[in-house]
Amino acid sequence: MENFSFFPEQASTMATQIDAIYFVLVGLSVIFAVGIAVAVIVFGIRYRKSTSVDRSNPLHESMKLEFAWSFIPFLMAMGIFTWSAFVYYNINTPPTDAVEIYVVGKQWMWQIQHPLGKAELNELHVPINQPVKLIMSSQDVIHSFFVPAFRVKQDVLPGRYTTLWFEATKVGEYHLFCAEYCGTEHSKMTGKVIAMEPQDYQNWLSGGGGGESMVEAGARLFQDNGCASCHIDGEGGRGPNLHGIFGTEVALEGGGTAVVDEAYLRESIYEPGAKVVAGYAPIMPSYQGSISEGGVLQLVAYIKSLSEGQ
Amino acid sequence: MTVSSPPVKLEKPPQNYLNWAFGIKSWLLTTDHKRIAILYLITVTLFFALGGLAASLVRFELITPQGDLMSADNYNKSFTLHGMLMVFFFLIPGIPAVMGNFLIPLMIGAKDLAFPRLNLASWYVFMVGGLFTMTVIVVGGVDTGWTFYTPYSSTYSNGAVILAALGIFAAGFASIFTAINFVVTIHKMRAPGLTWFRLPLFVWAHYATSIIILLGTPVLAITILMVGIERMFKIGIFDPALGGDPLLFQHLFWFYSHPAVYIMVLPSMGVISELITAFTRRRIFGYKAIALSSLAIALLGFLVWGHHMFVSGQSVYAGLVFSAITFMVAIPSAIKVFNWTATLFKGTISFTTPMLYALGFIGLFTIGGLTGLFLGAAAVDVHVTDTYFVVAHFHYVMVGATIMAYMGAIHFWWPKITGKLYNEGWGISSAIIIFVGFNLTFMPQFIMGYLGMPRRYYAYPDEFQIYHIASSAGAAILAFGYVLPLFYLLYSLFFGPKAGDNPWNAKGLEWTTASPPPHENFEETPIVTEEAYAYPVPQKAEVTSGA
Ligand code: HEC
Ligand SMILES: [Cu+2]
Ligand SMILES: [Cu+2]
Repeated sequence: MENFSFFPEQASTMATQIDAIYFVLVGLSVIFAVGIAVAVIVFGIRYRKSTSVDRSNPLHESMKLEFAWSFIPFLMAMGIFTWSAFVYYNINTPPTDAVEIYVVGKQWMWQIQHPLGKAELNELHVPINQPVKLIMSSQDVIHSFFVPAFRVKQDVLPGRYTTLWFEATKVGEYHLFCAEYCGTEHSKMTGKVIAMEPQDYQNWLSGGGGGESMVEAGARLFQDNGCASCHIDGEGGRGPNLHGIFGTEVALEGGGTAVVDEAYLRESIYEPGAKVVAGYAPIMPSYQGSISEGGVLQLVAYIKSLSEGQ
Repeated sequence: MTVSSPPVKLEKPPQNYLNWAFGIKSWLLTTDHKRIAILYLITVTLFFALGGLAASLVRFELITPQGDLMSADNYNKSFTLHGMLMVFFFLIPGIPAVMGNFLIPLMIGAKDLAFPRLNLASWYVFMVGGLFTMTVIVVGGVDTGWTFYTPYSSTYSNGAVILAALGIFAAGFASIFTAINFVVTIHKMRAPGLTWFRLPLFVWAHYATSIIILLGTPVLAITILMVGIERMFKIGIFDPALGGDPLLFQHLFWFYSHPAVYIMVLPSMGVISELITAFTRRRIFGYKAIALSSLAIALLGFLVWGHHMFVSGQSVYAGLVFSAITFMVAIPSAIKVFNWTATLFKGTISFTTPMLYALGFIGLFTIGGLTGLFLGAAAVDVHVTDTYFVVAHFHYVMVGATIMAYMGAIHFWWPKITGKLYNEGWGISSAIIIFVGFNLTFMPQFIMGYLGMPRRYYAYPDEFQIYHIASSAGAAILAFGYVLPLFYLLYSLFFGPKAGDNPWNAKGLEWTTASPPPHENFEETPIVTEEAYAYPVPQKAEVTSGA
């Protein structure tokens, strides 16, 4: 009970923005609540049954009053809404230069992979003063990645990618919670986020136990699972050439197009039949069950790397 | 108040709905709305007690940061049971099926509801739902939370999900039956002269509630049916591993469950309008604004479900639209609070037990409503959703407000229902204890929620302990406050003084008939010639002393 506090630490750029709205709301709430309490108490005492006071001409209706006390709160509400809308939009729009880190949630742990290969469990090391974007998916049920000190939270869903970004501002260790109820050990699905000076982060990344980078691991999986036998670098493979496709639009069999993003790549691996590239036969096998979500993330990183510098 | 007893009159007491027929069969096969209300009252109280027990287990466990009192699984089952029982078997049916059932025909001068047998069927279906839920406990419980999020509920949980779903399914139908009855009754069976804008606001509120129930509950029923189908037959609807969409469940679930908040709160608001007018002895301020804001809430309430999903992965733009409408739906609620407060002005106020509950309601509902704005502001919601902040918020709105109104209603109409007066001293004490206990329980949860304490955690980091201890202490006080009325009300049933027809000297048709009312409610159909709450208006410049 030693570190007792009223207010959570502010350790990200988002924290200050959200807290500002929070304080204004607290202020307005106190004004309204106290206003009503005072009115109730004053009227309650003044007009209590045993007193003789002027009770003549009690108002029963007043369009003016009704309008005033609907319209003024309405304007305030819309003001707060607009402000919070901008911040919310910001929360959901990661900067393009963010460091990308991959997260897989599963009952009841967080698996984290850094692009250069460092993997960790229930711990996330991040640099400060640099936007970090998490690309997240779940292996089973819905979880939620929550770092109170950063004021960010995002559900982590099976079957799709969600992203969350933040920019830490203070070196330190912060709670990481799973905020979406996910079964027996939900309350043990916790960990910590360790924010470090960028230099320390680099040192940490290149420290022992790094192993292969995500791209390397993806390349290995690409060979081991026989992807390379169909997807060759050039014309004439049984499957399309995967070089340079990330971020482009592909034409689909039966009309329509799809943008090649992380979710599309994941779907292509787990459910190749869902969107078939125009001009190809639907012969690619599904890897659902044989490649884990973590493996798919490595493949995705690898396929993305094939489009870099093109 | 002196009760002038008529000179020696040794005949048997006049016929009323309680002594109209005797024996267990006369209760279990009754079609009298008043008796069905009593059946509901008893069963709903039992479910409340069970739900409260589950809550005490939760609060006990949380006194220490480690999970020590019980296993994680049992903790999860406890809060699930608590939520299920309280939401579907107490808060939703509470005021409508008990007070609404008893009072609506009396308030509109009718002999019964439009479909008395449907009304009885509603109670039986409700009991079937209750039975399923009790069976869930016997066979080992369910651990999905009352929200049943997929794919956890449909694939991963190994609790008795199907049984629990059936229980909720049945309870849903019970409330649909009640709602149909209310709508038809209010449309068709009003006494001569009782126009829509002469209806007590209690009736307006139940009308709006019934519309929400009719539009929303079928969606809930279909949704939990689909969870059952996916679980039993592995047909992919919500689980992505089977080709389903987990967010679809959340959309459907909240499409019902947000309006469900208003199913709980609108009837409470109806109660409060009755209590405040009776104890200020004046017409309500802004009758039409209050009546119509009920309808506005009922309709707008269907357009905000996505505010439960700001971090779910729903599109940003959808989130913004839901956020905007959420702010708008706050306005009709605010209007009501202002109108009630304005009604106190130039009233003749007596602080009886029901009035204290009404004022308590205004307090808790105001706090609940204002903290709702924090959650409606999408950016702040990102931080506080799924923490104790949300837990505190919805307890203030759904529980605090509804229970204040429910208790206020029970006390206010107790003399009508039973013909007996309870002890005011005890009544006032319990109202104060409940109010204090409630705030002590839930106020600390706002703070720890903003600090980041996630909900549904059975073990937690040390720094939250002090808040949990305060909360558990509050819960103990609250529990005491809930138990007290059980004693003095039951006592009054046997030893309380006779109430007389209108002990509060209140307006409203229900006070014009005997207490307890006769089987057919009125000797002859009343004819209404005045507005609701037509209390005498003090003349110009006249100074009145209420004493
Ligand atoms: C049997 C041959 C075959 C194998 C093995 C195979 N694929 Fe494919 N793949 C295809 C074909 C054919 C298509 C185009 C039709 C379609 O979209 O399903 C395709 C499409 C794709 C696409 C979408 C490409 C685009 O241009 O939109 C991706 C990404 C992909 N495969 C990745 C992989 C990965 C990763 C593996 C290994 C885990 C793999 N494939 C293994 C044949 C194969
Ligand atoms: Cu979890
Ligand atoms: Cu809601």
